[in-house]
Amino acid sequence: MIIPLAHILIFSLLLFATGLYGVLVRRNIIGILISIELMLNAANINLIAFSKSTSLSPETGQIFAIFVLAIAATTAAVGLAIVLALYRVRKTVYTDEVHLLKW
Amino acid sequence: MSSHILSWIIFAPLIGAAAVLLMPKSKTSWIRWCALLTTLIVFGLTCYALSMFQGSRAGFQMLEKAAWIPQFNVQYLVGTDGISFPMVFLTALISLLACMGSLAHIRVKEGREKEYYFLFLLLETGMMGTFLALDLFLFYIFWEVVLVPMYFLIGIWGGPRREYAAIKFFLYTLAGSLFMLLGILAVYFAASPHTFSMIDLVKMPRDFFFQKIVFLAFFLGFAIKVPIFPFHTWLPDAHVEAPTPISVILAGVLLKMGTYGFLRFSYPLFPEAAVWFQPAMGVLAVIGIVYGGFVALAQTDFKKMVAYSSVSHMGFVLLGLAAMNANGFRGALLQMFNHGTITGGLFLLVGVLYDRAHTRDLNDFGGLGAKMPGYAGILTFFSLASLGLPGLSGFISEFLTLLGSYQYSKVMTATATIGIILAAAYLLYMIQRVLLGQLNPKWTGLTDINWQEVITLAPLMVFILALGIYPNLILDYMIPTLDGLLKILGGAVR
Amino acid sequence: MVTSDQIILVPLLPFIAFAVNLLAGRWLKHRAAWLSVAASTIACFIAIPVCWAVFQGNHFANQGTWLMLGQTPLKFGYVMDPLSSSLLFMVTIVGTLIQIYAMGYMHGDPRYSRFFAYVSLFMSAMLTLSISDNYLLFFMSWEIMGLCSYLLIGFYFEKDSAAKAGFKAFLTTRVGDVGFLIGFLTLFSAIGTLNFSEMNALMANAHHAGAPLHAGLLSLAALLIFCGTIGKSAQFPLHVWLPDAMEGPTPVSALIHAATMVAAGVFLVARSFSLFMIVPNVLPVVTVIGTITAFMAAFIALTQTDIKRILAYSTISQLGYMVTALGLSGLGAGTFHLITHAFFKALLFMAAGSVIHGTHVQDIREMGGLFKKMPHTATTFIIASLALAGIPPLSGFWSKDEILLSAFASGHKIVFMILLLTAFMTAFYMFRLIFLTFFGQPRNLKVHAHESPAVMTAPLWALAFGSIVIGFPGSPFMHHWFQKFMAHMVHHPEYEPSAFVMACSVAAAVCGISLAGVIYLKKIRWAQKTAETFSFLYRLSLNKCYFDELYSRCIVKPFQSLGRFLFGFDARIVDGAVNGTGHATLFISAVKGWIDKYIVDGLVNFTGTLTHFLNSIVKRLQTGFVQNYLLIVFIGILVFLVWELKII
Repeated sequence: MIIPLAHILIFSLLLFATGLYGVLVRRNIIGILISIELMLNAANINLIAFSKSTSLSPETGQIFAIFVLAIAATTAAVGLAIVLALYRVRKTVYTDEVHLLKW
Repeated sequence: MSSHILSWIIFAPLIGAAAVLLMPKSKTSWIRWCALLTTLIVFGLTCYALSMFQGSRAGFQMLEKAAWIPQFNVQYLVGTDGISFPMVFLTALISLLACMGSLAHIRVKEGREKEYYFLFLLLETGMMGTFLALDLFLFYIFWEVVLVPMYFLIGIWGGPRREYAAIKFFLYTLAGSLFMLLGILAVYFAASPHTFSMIDLVKMPRDFFFQKIVFLAFFLGFAIKVPIFPFHTWLPDAHVEAPTPISVILAGVLLKMGTYGFLRFSYPLFPEAAVWFQPAMGVLAVIGIVYGGFVALAQTDFKKMVAYSSVSHMGFVLLGLAAMNANGFRGALLQMFNHGTITGGLFLLVGVLYDRAHTRDLNDFGGLGAKMPGYAGILTFFSLASLGLPGLSGFISEFLTLLGSYQYSKVMTATATIGIILAAAYLLYMIQRVLLGQLNPKWTGLTDINWQEVITLAPLMVFILALGIYPNLILDYMIPTLDGLLKILGGAVR
Repeated sequence: MVTSDQIILVPLLPFIAFAVNLLAGRWLKHRAAWLSVAASTIACFIAIPVCWAVFQGNHFANQGTWLMLGQTPLKFGYVMDPLSSSLLFMVTIVGTLIQIYAMGYMHGDPRYSRFFAYVSLFMSAMLTLSISDNYLLFFMSWEIMGLCSYLLIGFYFEKDSAAKAGFKAFLTTRVGDVGFLIGFLTLFSAIGTLNFSEMNALMANAHHAGAPLHAGLLSLAALLIFCGTIGKSAQFPLHVWLPDAMEGPTPVSALIHAATMVAAGVFLVARSFSLFMIVPNVLPVVTVIGTITAFMAAFIALTQTDIKRILAYSTISQLGYMVTALGLSGLGAGTFHLITHAFFKALLFMAAGSVIHGTHVQDIREMGGLFKKMPHTATTFIIASLALAGIPPLSGFWSKDEILLSAFASGHKIVFMILLLTAFMTAFYMFRLIFLTFFGQPRNLKVHAHESPAVMTAPLWALAFGSIVIGFPGSPFMHHWFQKFMAHMVHHPEYEPSAFVMACSVAAAVCGISLAGVIYLKKIRWAQKTAETFSFLYRLSLNKCYFDELYSRCIVKPFQSLGRFLFGFDARIVDGAVNGTGHATLFISAVKGWIDKYIVDGLVNFTGTLTHFLNSIVKRLQTGFVQNYLLIVFIGILVFLVWELKII
């Protein structure tokens, strides 16, 4: 059974929108990071879906996806490290409480 | 040394000033003697220069020339002639006596001898340079160098209103000299090739209109210094506030810088304009003579009276200059010298009295003639010289001036003679109020003039008497140069 | 044998005495007087032979360059001609006698040597003036005489009145002197020389040629030179200083203010006579001034009570006579009177001094009956008074007669009448003085009079002798030798002696003396009555014609006010302009400072403020929430996509 490309794209769109929503509304930095992961994964789904449905070599999309996964992991690692550092200094992980550079 | 004698005369005081600076502040007697020695050396150098001076020659002598700022053709050019040499001599003499006066009976503020004598010697350099510089740029610099020490000397060691007087003196003369600077620049740029050298400049013809404008600019600078009515009001203030030796220098030398400027720069550079301005200068001179006399008559302050008498007497100098003939010039230059010695002496005498009585109010005195006979005699002597008694030097210069001005204008001469009557009036009125009448019991404690003070005054008396009896002593040095100047002006008249 | 150049020693010796006395007077003490007298005496012995030679008809002159004015030398020299030799003769003799007298009079004065120093300087100047051959030297010695006069009038300077009198004398004469100065400058510009002989020669040429060159200028010069005379010889209207000058010691009054210096003014006109003769319209002025002076002074003298003041007014009056004589072209007459007057007036002053010395009062109302106590003084005084009144054969008669003759013969009848009246008044006031002083009863018993010492009376007798005989050279007994002698100088008209004039002159004098005798010896009440009857004239005379008040009101006060006004003008207007400039500069700079602070700098600050304001609005966009920014980024991308892909 071949799932039509459109469905997959709609799914990834929803996933991306969820991630975006999370990034935009979450106050907890960890939540924002998770949401970013969701967006990255939505992009991955798109990459794989397009690599299958186009005439290009199917490995191309998958390789891209693995790259994105690796970068996502590093992003998460650096991001969490910053969050930890922040928490140590300010005792908070909420973005609205960290406004030192505001204005 | 003899080839650079003029430079030595100019800069010897500066060397002395540097020496004063190097001395420790506490060694006041070292400083005093160093200053006195310096002025004495300068006087000696001047006498030495006098022995080399050729009185019968008309042109500049003992010239020294060196390029200074070649880009602008500015030279270090000094030289002397029959006009400037008497002034240099007068400067050396008056400086020496003023310095003697400073250490004899003028109390310099505690612990400030060093500054005082430094400024004093700097002032002497400025004055000497002014009279000897033949490069307009150099002249201007020396002219301004005089202002600065004078400002401090009045402003620090002066009387109660010294700051006001010092600032007034400084700003007033500075304003005048800025006009002169403009004039100097105009002359410089109008000359081709551009030059500041008087020797070259006098040979160049100048446009009549240009002459008139620039003459006026120079006139402002010099007129304020002389001072010519109505630019004279800084004088009484400065004189009254200045300490005695500085008053002596102010009257004896500084006022002459103005009239010297006319003879040295205005007349040779702008002969046609000078002739054009002749009536105006004559009228100003006569106004100054009569006006100064009247105002002097109204004074109750001894020093202010002498100051206003200066306005009147310098009017005679200007009258002689305005006459533009041989006798007028001779009278004027002689009057410059004589006024220096006579009025210098009078200021010293005011100082002598002020040191004892601590007041200068003429109405407060009276009857000192019996109490201080020596002082009375000397004061009478100087007053008589000042009012133009024949046999003393004031007479011959006034006579020559009037002889000259008579050829120019009878009315002006007749009016100017009112000044002679007034001179008798205010001076004798002063004598009457100070020396004659009943002794005010307040002054029974006054002591007569002492030897130190007499020694300071004696050289002036010698000059006054000698020149009164035989004026050729100094006239011989002046006449060839003045006749040469007259030739330049005579060329302009025709 | 005396050579003529030795005449230079005549002024030089007193000058040396002056210098020594001035510098060493403190140590010389009373020897100072001997020095001065010796100098004067030697000068006298040098001068008289030379004068004698001139009287024989010789003429000496020599000159040397004093001042080289370029190519033109200014020469000073002496000239010994009839005029100068006459004056020199008189001055040396009278001067020496007065100095001898002064040794007695000034005895014990604390400034004894100073007195003789001044007198010697005066003698030196006066002698220089007598023999000088040009106007400049003349003027110089003239001025130095003025100085000596000033110093000697104010000799007792502790007295305010003496100090003021000296001041007044110097200043008043200086007004005339300045006229004189301009006068000879004018002359110089007209004829190019100041030398008397050269001037005389030029004038003689001009006289022969008919009209002089520069007639206007020469008239002006003559008038201005005459100003000098008016000042120095105390002529109307500058006569006011001479009576006040009596504050000086009496020998000074005798020497300077009677015999010599005041006569120098007359001498000046005599010296310039060639000039005065040639210009029209000046001699009448001289006559008028002289006549007014003679009459007015005699009129004032009638009522004065100070013995010296009476003599002073008498001097003014007699000087007026001399000036009148010169104005009437009577060179001989004027000079003659000058010489004779010097002798008897010096004598009068010295005798008056002797009276003052003996009584210590000066007011004649307090004297009386002094004849017995002071016989020498009184006798000589009377001799001199007779000479002054013009009683023949005393000297004054001959010279006064000569003047009256010039007036009469030249046809000036009014002048003649006035002079005659003056002669009458002269006799009257002199004998009023004599009768009140020497005769009658002593009026003030506190006055203990005594005769003066011989050193004072001897000169009195010497001068009395002179007063008697000095008139003879001009009298008919010597065939008017003096007048002929003077005619060598400048040609001027000579008049035949007139018995009528002599009779009038004697009559006037005798009437005056008799009237004085009647009133002051017998009927003293008459004086009172006359004064009451003519109270206006009496007060006019008593108050010296109100000249002092007039001058004080019209000249001195306005001058002082003008001085004060100009000083105020100077302080407020001229200096005000300077200070005003200063204040204006300060004001402008204050305004500029304000502008700078609030406008120029305001603009700068405004820029900042504006930015700040805008910022306060715009910064609201910066919420500080990353999500907000992201949202905007997202919306932006969305809009961009929609726009670019034309989805809608």
